[in-house]
Amino acid sequence: MRRKTKLPGGVEEQTGRSWPRNVVAMMMRMKARMSLPRGREEEQPIRRKEAKPRTVMRRTVMWGKERRERREEGRKERRRKKKRRPRVRRTPLNSLTVVYAGFDSVCPFLPSSSDSNSNSSEEEESMSEGEMARLMEEVEEKKKLIANIRNKPWRMQRRLKLLKEAQEFVDKFEGALGKGKGRKWYAYKVMMTKKWIKFQRDFENFRTACIPWERKIKEVESHFGSSVASYFIFLRWMYGMNLVLFGFTFGLVVIPEVLMGLPYGSIPRKTVPRAEQDTAQDYSVLMDFNGYCKYSVLFYGYYNDQRTVGVLKFRLPLSYLMVGIGTFGYSLMLVIRTMAKNADVGGGDGEDSDFTFAWKMFTSWDYLIGNAETADNKYASITTSFKESIVDEQENQKDENIHLRRFLRVLANFLITCSLGGSGYLIYFVVKRSQEFATRDDLSWYEKNEMEIVMSLLGLVCPPLFETIAELEDYHPRIALKWQLGRIFALFLGNLYTFLFALFDEVNTKLEEEQSIKNASIWAMKEYYANYSRLMNDSEATPPPMDPADVIRGPCWETAVGIEFVKLTVSDIQVSYLTILIGDFARAVIVRFLNYCWCWDLEAGFPSYGEFDISGNVLGLVFNQGMIWMGAFYAPGLVGINVLRLLSSMYYQCWAVMATNVPHERVFKASKSNNFYMGLLLLVLFLSLLPVVYTIMTLPPSFDCGPFSGKDKMFDIIMETIDLDLPAFMGTLFSYAANPGLIIPAVLLMVLAIYYLNSVSEAYQNSNMELKKKMKMARDEEKNRRNNADTTNQVMKDLEDLLPNRSLIPPAPPEPEKPPEQEPKPKPTKTKPGTAGKGVNLQKDVALASSNPNARGPVSRPPGPRGPGPGPGAGPGRGRGRGPPPR
Amino acid sequence: MQTAHIEFDCTYFTRKEILLFYRYRDLAPQLVPLDYTNHPDVKLPYELIGSMPELKDNPFRQRIAEVFSEDGEGNMTLDDFLDMFSVLSEMAPRDLKAYYAFKIYFNNDDFICKSDLEKTLNKLTRNELTEDEVRMVCEKVIDEADLDNDGRLSLEDFQHMIVRAPDFL
Repeated sequence: MRRKTKLPGGVEEQTGRSWPRNVVAMMMRMKARMSLPRGREEEQPIRRKEAKPRTVMRRTVMWGKERRERREEGRKERRRKKKRRPRVRRTPLNSLTVVYAGFDSVCPFLPSSSDSNSNSSEEEESMSEGEMARLMEEVEEKKKLIANIRNKPWRMQRRLKLLKEAQEFVDKFEGALGKGKGRKWYAYKVMMTKKWIKFQRDFENFRTACIPWERKIKEVESHFGSSVASYFIFLRWMYGMNLVLFGFTFGLVVIPEVLMGLPYGSIPRKTVPRAEQDTAQDYSVLMDFNGYCKYSVLFYGYYNDQRTVGVLKFRLPLSYLMVGIGTFGYSLMLVIRTMAKNADVGGGDGEDSDFTFAWKMFTSWDYLIGNAETADNKYASITTSFKESIVDEQENQKDENIHLRRFLRVLANFLITCSLGGSGYLIYFVVKRSQEFATRDDLSWYEKNEMEIVMSLLGLVCPPLFETIAELEDYHPRIALKWQLGRIFALFLGNLYTFLFALFDEVNTKLEEEQSIKNASIWAMKEYYANYSRLMNDSEATPPPMDPADVIRGPCWETAVGIEFVKLTVSDIQVSYLTILIGDFARAVIVRFLNYCWCWDLEAGFPSYGEFDISGNVLGLVFNQGMIWMGAFYAPGLVGINVLRLLSSMYYQCWAVMATNVPHERVFKASKSNNFYMGLLLLVLFLSLLPVVYTIMTLPPSFDCGPFSGKDKMFDIIMETIDLDLPAFMGTLFSYAANPGLIIPAVLLMVLAIYYLNSVSEAYQNSNMELKKKMKMARDEEKNRRNNADTTNQVMKDLEDLLPNRSLIPPAPPEPEKPPEQEPKPKPTKTKPGTAGKGVNLQKDVALASSNPNARGPVSRPPGPRGPGPGPGAGPGRGRGRGPPPR
Repeated sequence: MQTAHIEFDCTYFTRKEILLFYRYRDLAPQLVPLDYTNHPDVKLPYELIGSMPELKDNPFRQRIAEVFSEDGEGNMTLDDFLDMFSVLSEMAPRDLKAYYAFKIYFNNDDFICKSDLEKTLNKLTRNELTEDEVRMVCEKVIDEADLDNDGRLSLEDFQHMIVRAPDFL
């Protein structure tokens, strides 16, 4: 309102003022005014191209108003030019590199802020509301275009051109959106947005540059297909996770203890006992992690139970417990997050075989293959798989073969169960014998190491045996791999748990032993003091403390457990490296060079070169990780050892696979969602969580070693912290929280929530299945109508037989049926759950599903309007989707 | 290499991978100038493109090159080259890949019809299937994937089918 009255005055003022000025000023102004319309016309094409019909209409309506505004805008433009010039000069530098897909994340706050600006400065500035809105809309549109340009299937040149235009447009008019007082702030915000986006872009670049071994893995991938590469990707993921665990353990436990704790030799737990000192540096002793290794930061026993260490008052025992628990927490979170992400990416799980042939046809080629030999294998495997499918399809009706196969599969599973049971018994037997041996001293080398030998032998023999048996089953290699993994997993699990039970036996005996040693230790200490005062005849003198090497020690079961795990890990590393060296490398060398002087062709014939054993390697990795998780609490150094192991095995195995192995005979692709590995890992994580949590919660810590010595239970350290360091009300709060009356309802609530979510997801699945079925039905129906054949539906056929007159009734005219079929289409797309983001497909699904299966009229055209296509100008002939004429 | 900055925004590449230009140039150092400021009109013939290690063993290399080249004959400018690798890179979204995969598999019209399928199948299996088998497979494929029952696959059919495939990367 106010603007209207102001406007003429403004013009008058302007002209009135211009008279007394000198000619130059007037000339300049005239020039500016004259040049302005031209400037607008230059912009016009860009805008008009983008403007929607709606805005064009408004334009014509508002024409009269706009002429006034144009003049006004001229003034404004001049003013703006003055202000904006310095910024304009700066922006092009950024604008080239800056604009990036992250824009949409920043955009939301732009319109709102400029809105408030325009409201507050309505009086001073004079751009109409409509103009403003339109401009903003266009800028937003351009920004969206810039953000999405990479998704458009356009030629590069077209993309470049459009991108440049859009960027110029945005640069030019973005400044116009903020006005008055808010303008500087707005400009600042825009600038910061750009800076932020540039930073993100650079960071992204940096991150990709930091992904380790990308090139190595790609090379393996090109030679062996993606299934072998998936192992290395898994290895890399594992390495990353262990690096984080390593950071926690070393940063919060090991390094504080080394830097701020008491030095070696100051207290008994940090000193090698007198009896062991002679041999403490022997190589064999050190290799068994006894001697100096045992009394070092690598193991639990070395840590002191001082409440705080150093000038920083670092609470080491608390930190030790927290890191132990945090290791599990972090790993769980990471594994589950990765699984969820994978499940998201995986799209539809390929279980339903609606598209067997189509998928085989279009997706069986592995585009990552870049090696002639692998390509040959791939061709062969594709051909076989096609032939298999054809045979399957042909013999779908005849079921005799199915029976045979079923029988074979049952037989195979029976055999494998037998061998698993046998190996389980063998392990049990050996463990029993070893307990027997433990009481004797005169043992041969074999008797000492019987358990390890039997376990390694089982690990060596069983997997190939399973593989041989699995030949009977004749699964697709990807499914066969899963079965194989599952079976070996069961075997390893047996090994692991026998090991654990043996360990627990040991721990229990040590715990019994400990009590007597504790008494003896206290007794010895007392005796020492008594002797001292008796010898000196001076009961007042304070005796010098006993030499820490002479104090009687407890067995310290925690360190013993830690040593077991470290030993196991190290021997596992040795075995796997030696296996590669002998089983792959030596074999390859022999096959390669003995082939010149041998009776038969070694390369093509019997020994041949080794294939890369994906399942064995993955399982080895998973179980190794389980060892780390279990052992890390009792041996903080284990994580460091593991990081070294993963690092070295990355290089070693990459080299080994490239140098000694040949591609698989049946090359198959790893599916993108390798949640199977992750599932195994999660299972192992859970299984390794159990014993550790059990020991933390129930077993009493040793009295003279480790950060929890002197406590009844390890978690007492938390109670102590709550009591001593936190304000009193926190203590009461915790005691309330720990009340069973509160915990049980909480657990109940969680169970209910899980139940609810589970049933909801089930319902979604059901509705999904229902829709799929409907879709299929509609398709079949339509197909039959097209073929002018009977319905496949037997019931309908029978019905039609029952109604002989029905065939005489003329079919309903097709026209009236079409509209109702298309109308309800858009609605269900919104309400249908669980399948967001696939607008195009969805519409089709629903349209097909909702079409009446009994409709008589041939609906020969596909559903009409579609969601946004891939964009205009993608190629010649944009007529697709309109549907062909009915045949 | 002035345009490199802009091409970040159009492709799925990071700075490291933009060095693709040098790959392009290495194919024919005598043809490609180092200086791209004036947008010289340079094209590499298909023979060179198809001999890259990435494509050398691919049965569809000719179709790929044809689809991405502007002239439709497999001769590529730098822009086409970047386009191709951008779409084939891991970062590209599935929809975009599906679109180009569709273009790779059909021949002239905008539909995949039976003859296209037969050609594809023969490329995949190196002509080792008999004619009957080929015909049967093609019929099955159309039967499975053709949603609107016009006897050929449109882009929508194709996308619907392929984004669900576990193997489609």
